[in-house]
Amino acid sequence: MTAFKLMKGNEAMAEAAILAGCDAYFGYPITPQSEVLEYLAREMPKHNRIVMQAESEVASINMVYGAAGAGFRAMTSSSSPGISLMQEGISYIAGAELPCLLVNVNRAGPGLGTIQPGQGDYFQSTKGGGHGDYRMIVLAPASVQEMADFVFLGFDLADKYRNPVLILSDGAIGQMMEKVQFKPYTRPVIDKSWATTGKPGTRNRNYITSLFIQPEKMEEHNLKLEAKFRAIRENEVRFEEINTSDADYLFVAYGLSARICQKAMDIARHKGIKIGLLRPVTLYPYPYHRLEELASQVKLILSVELNSGQMVEDVRLAVNGKVPVEFYGRMGGMMPTPEEIVHHAETLIQYHHAN
Amino acid sequence: MQTEEQVLTDKITASCQTEDEYELVYHKPATLVDVSMHYCPGCAHSLVHKLIMEAVEEMGIQERTIGVAPVGCSVFAYDYMDIDMQEAAHGRACAVATGIKRLMPDKYVFTYQGDGDLAAIGIAETLHAINRGENILIVFMNNAVYGMTSGQMAPTTLPGMHTTTSPDGRDVSFYGAPIKVSELMANLPGAFYVTRQAVNSANAVRRTKKALLNAFKYQQLHKGTCLVEIIGNCPSNWKMTPVEASKFIDEEMIKTFPLGDIKVPAAGDIKTLQSNTHEQS
Repeated sequence: MTAFKLMKGNEAMAEAAILAGCDAYFGYPITPQSEVLEYLAREMPKHNRIVMQAESEVASINMVYGAAGAGFRAMTSSSSPGISLMQEGISYIAGAELPCLLVNVNRAGPGLGTIQPGQGDYFQSTKGGGHGDYRMIVLAPASVQEMADFVFLGFDLADKYRNPVLILSDGAIGQMMEKVQFKPYTRPVIDKSWATTGKPGTRNRNYITSLFIQPEKMEEHNLKLEAKFRAIRENEVRFEEINTSDADYLFVAYGLSARICQKAMDIARHKGIKIGLLRPVTLYPYPYHRLEELASQVKLILSVELNSGQMVEDVRLAVNGKVPVEFYGRMGGMMPTPEEIVHHAETLIQYHHAN
Repeated sequence: MQTEEQVLTDKITASCQTEDEYELVYHKPATLVDVSMHYCPGCAHSLVHKLIMEAVEEMGIQERTIGVAPVGCSVFAYDYMDIDMQEAAHGRACAVATGIKRLMPDKYVFTYQGDGDLAAIGIAETLHAINRGENILIVFMNNAVYGMTSGQMAPTTLPGMHTTTSPDGRDVSFYGAPIKVSELMANLPGAFYVTRQAVNSANAVRRTKKALLNAFKYQQLHKGTCLVEIIGNCPSNWKMTPVEASKFIDEEMIKTFPLGDIKVPAAGDIKTLQSNTHEQS
């Protein structure tokens, strides 16, 4: 086993990219994730990999498109406003079925917002973001260790499904330092005979496109993509459960919110309130089925997010009215304390008992 | 009255009695897919596609060439060019080409872009790619109009030229003057070879072909970006016959967009290229 290191989330992610065999990284500076570009600008050339600061996020996502289309492991990262700029390119990448890894170190918005952490990009990340019918696989790390681990997983899933994978982190997970261990990794053998590497006489030409001008062909392509997304929904749901076996109440939270909820759960349990935590690791595909099961066990579900209530809509879809689903969140880069969350949970429990 | 064409046809049939007697003087390059193209009659795109593919065939680089198609009339370029290609989002061809070329520096990479794609929505990507000296060829088709969306004003639309979005003619006091892309880009140190050509006469076609061949060859030097601007046409949206369109290029287009080389490689670079070619052969 390799030794533990103390690293920033953004740097752990950058180091993982090198270890995962990322051939090319294209990026543009934006707080709170500039460390990724800085780290890779320093380290990638040592490994004969390509790293480039593009003129914009629009350019960097299209450079990723070109490199991924040529069959290479390509990656970019940014933060919320920059990810908005990339939406056009992401839609094209999804349409053209190019595997690549994208990272959003989420800050609070809308607009220029603040550089402080937020989770306001849940809808954008999980429901499309760009135009047309497509989905990305969305991984939500809750620790520096997962910032690293999900780079390997993300590249592998992208290759497996020929689909963009997004790591949806936030300014706190990206900036904080924790111990991290880089586990040995073997890159799976993937057939990329579709890539544009130059057409030898032995095969037909390859072309990368998301254009299907005839409606029959477009629908055929849409159905092919949809079949892929169905396979992703069936096979790639990931989540973590803590203290759910005896839980009467349930927190649902991802990323940084889940970290805060762990402490809130401990405080509540100390007070005798049997509360558990479901932490979705994949935000797409979402753990609807497990939530539906837990809905028949618990009396109340509280979705805790650093936004105005986005994931709570998916929780409500899963629970489908079986038990009350409530929301608690702070915005604008403000963090709820574990005590605030417990207080809010207690108030809701009392309210729903009384009614 | 017989037309010129009929006279010519009669002459040929009179001199060749059977098929065996025909002398093959020209055939399409094998690198061009043998299908009919969707372009309007008289459109320059099909001709320029052919010239690029001729260059690829003559240089024997089909296996090592990757093209990037734009959004616009030539969005289907990959249906006609028998090489690996990527379709870029509107204006982003140079960024996509950067991604390809940086990962495969020994391949030949070119973009094929119209004036809306390159000079309006994609001018940032184009300028920065050239400024970095990306070792790619940019084929810039300038016909002063948005063709595919049926005739709107482009950044290169001539002053006073009528389009569907400048129905009274382009007013330069409102929209500014047409952008002279080649002159602008030639100022960047990353630009290695910049030329403006046309394809409205046999001589012009020959010169364009030569420019494309040179531009492909210069990629071997890894010295910077080649930009070959080609004054195209758009009979459909200019509302002219192809013959009228060819005349319009000579009489109007080249006043704003004069033909010729704008930036040429240094003599030493050409020498290096020639000695490299000599060593290879």
